[in-house]
Amino acid sequence: MSKLSNILLACTALIAVSGCAKKRPAVLPPAPVDNNVAVDPSAGMNNGNVGGAIVPGSDADFQRSVSSNTVNFGLDMYDIDPTARAILDSQAQWLAKFPNQRITIEGHADERGTREYNLALGDRRANATKNYLAAKGVSSSRMTTISYGKERPVAMGSDDQSWAANRRAVTVVLN
Amino acid sequence: MTRSILGFFPSPLSLTQLDRHPGEGRGPVGKVDVTMRGPQSAASPNWAPAFAGVEAVLVGRKARAVLASVGLLAFVSGSAAYAQDAPVPAPQQTPADPAAPAPAGDQSGGLVVDVTGGISAPMPIAIPVMPTAAVVSTPAGQTDVLGRQLADIVTNDLRNSGLFTPLSPGQLRPITFPEVTAPGFDYWGSTGAQALVQGFIRANGDGNLTVGCYLYDVSSKAELTRTGFVVPPSDWRRAGHKCADMVYTRLTGEGAYFDSRVVYVSETGPKGHRIKRLAIMDQDGANHRFLTNGQSIVLTPRFAPNQQSIVYMSYLNNRPAIYVYDIGSGKQRLVVANANLTFAPRFSPDGRNILFSMAQGGNTDVYRVSSQGGTPQRLTNSPGIDTGGSYSPDGSKIVFESDRSGGQQIYVMNADGSNQQRISFGGGRYATPVWSPRGDLIAFTKLGGGFRIGIMSPSGGGEKLLTNDWQDEGPSWSPNGRVINFYRSGRGSGGKADLWSVDLTGVNERKIPTPLDGSDPAWGPLRP
Repeated sequence: MSKLSNILLACTALIAVSGCAKKRPAVLPPAPVDNNVAVDPSAGMNNGNVGGAIVPGSDADFQRSVSSNTVNFGLDMYDIDPTARAILDSQAQWLAKFPNQRITIEGHADERGTREYNLALGDRRANATKNYLAAKGVSSSRMTTISYGKERPVAMGSDDQSWAANRRAVTVVLN
Repeated sequence: MTRSILGFFPSPLSLTQLDRHPGEGRGPVGKVDVTMRGPQSAASPNWAPAFAGVEAVLVGRKARAVLASVGLLAFVSGSAAYAQDAPVPAPQQTPADPAAPAPAGDQSGGLVVDVTGGISAPMPIAIPVMPTAAVVSTPAGQTDVLGRQLADIVTNDLRNSGLFTPLSPGQLRPITFPEVTAPGFDYWGSTGAQALVQGFIRANGDGNLTVGCYLYDVSSKAELTRTGFVVPPSDWRRAGHKCADMVYTRLTGEGAYFDSRVVYVSETGPKGHRIKRLAIMDQDGANHRFLTNGQSIVLTPRFAPNQQSIVYMSYLNNRPAIYVYDIGSGKQRLVVANANLTFAPRFSPDGRNILFSMAQGGNTDVYRVSSQGGTPQRLTNSPGIDTGGSYSPDGSKIVFESDRSGGQQIYVMNADGSNQQRISFGGGRYATPVWSPRGDLIAFTKLGGGFRIGIMSPSGGGEKLLTNDWQDEGPSWSPNGRVINFYRSGRGSGGKADLWSVDLTGVNERKIPTPLDGSDPAWGPLRP
């Protein structure tokens, strides 16, 4: 348990330093990264935007309704910090409204780990997210996980800001 | 590291026929060097059969006399091609500082390349264009063109080893067909070359090509060894690599590695959505071929020991898992049917098993499964990420990485998972351990400020970092355990990955040419 508290402390310190997971106003669209950071707009999106109208229960509806579809992690960390908890709570509320919708959780890592280790780390992050949602009442049978390791960064830079954005788990509603 | 070699190799399987050379008063066969010792003498009994095996494979397992009529052809028709080529006098050169004095205690003398010291004093070597008996058009090209390209292959292989300085084209002169077995030693001595590689190419009536390869000691004016191959036109480059391997092994005492292939991941496209395709090529970048179309992410390909298949990881159908790709048929099959993430595959040295990692609920362990599939056996069970398993060459042990201590470190265990011992203790993290095919070293990626390729002994001693760049990752050993391929990534949004190689001295670092970007190189075994 001392290891866990160390992890929590280290993570809190990292967040304080890097500002990687600042709480955003819930009304903003889910842009999990700073504007200075290049973003791949198509990463992991299937927006369910049919004929310009957002279909209730779709991934687009999910993204519009939750505070973010993405939670971030500290360097080499996979614990769900308070910021991530607030985001996942909003996700759990939406999922409770649409109990037939299934989701997949994508785990990602920044580029500073080796390829195979990062696959395992992405799996850790996706599972930590899944476990939190399960504890909030989302049935495990509705959730799958996939790890992309460092293969699909959302921020292209090689700097602290980009790395913080890339250490993430993204919840995607399967339509 | 190096053992000297003197006299002629006792390899009757490939030399018996060569001995019937009318222009040569002496026969090398039967002159067995009894002063050979150390690793070289231990290895020599296998050497000749290995080349006999080449012969069998390259010509489709038909028994065939090697170079049976070399001498005759040389006398009857050999001079035609280059009869008018007068020797071109090259500027007199002061011979370079005698490279690599024989190691202390070595009484055999002779021409030797020291694989550690030789890197700073590469041996000057002359590799003139290989003449042809008659210019014939073949599916591989005209034989005179092939003769020039074969010399280029040998030249590039030896230069890339870092242990040889091939003479520049301006220092070489054309040689005639009869000259192949009767070198102009005085001329070559004047160029500063210490060793001389001559060869020839001939188109046979049955459509195959015969390539002969001869190594001479220029100062003692003696033939050191020779070999020859009958190859189908599609395999003509392999004859060049085998010739370079003969020279390299004879002069360094190290194992061969030029006639080998590399499988890797070809990369293109933006950093956030890189297209990744399996690709295969010869060790020198030739005969490049894509194996998958890039629709799914593919990672970490590794050869089966028999080189008939490749195990790798694919995101096919968004289910990241390990597959075996059959090179002959182009078909792939799932190895472990499982909903969980499986990755980091690697064959056992006998090809019967595949080591891999499986993540379950955030915990990752190393498993073994029959390469035909079946129920995996779990080998590690510590909480944390255990991955990157690689067998020792005898299959008795496995090296892997684990973050059970808090960060990635390297561990060794028995093949059944027992007796797990940490071997890396330096500052920083250690990842991607790979056991050398020679058994004596483990290559790894060290994560400190950047990623660097390093080596250590299987007990963790003698750590040495070989590269120093922003991000070097994923070492893979040459068949002789003297060179390491890896990939180097650049920073930022424009950062791309390329394949590189470095040898054990850390001095000879070189980019490997690929048509696109590249990562995850895996060097295959020496081809039979």
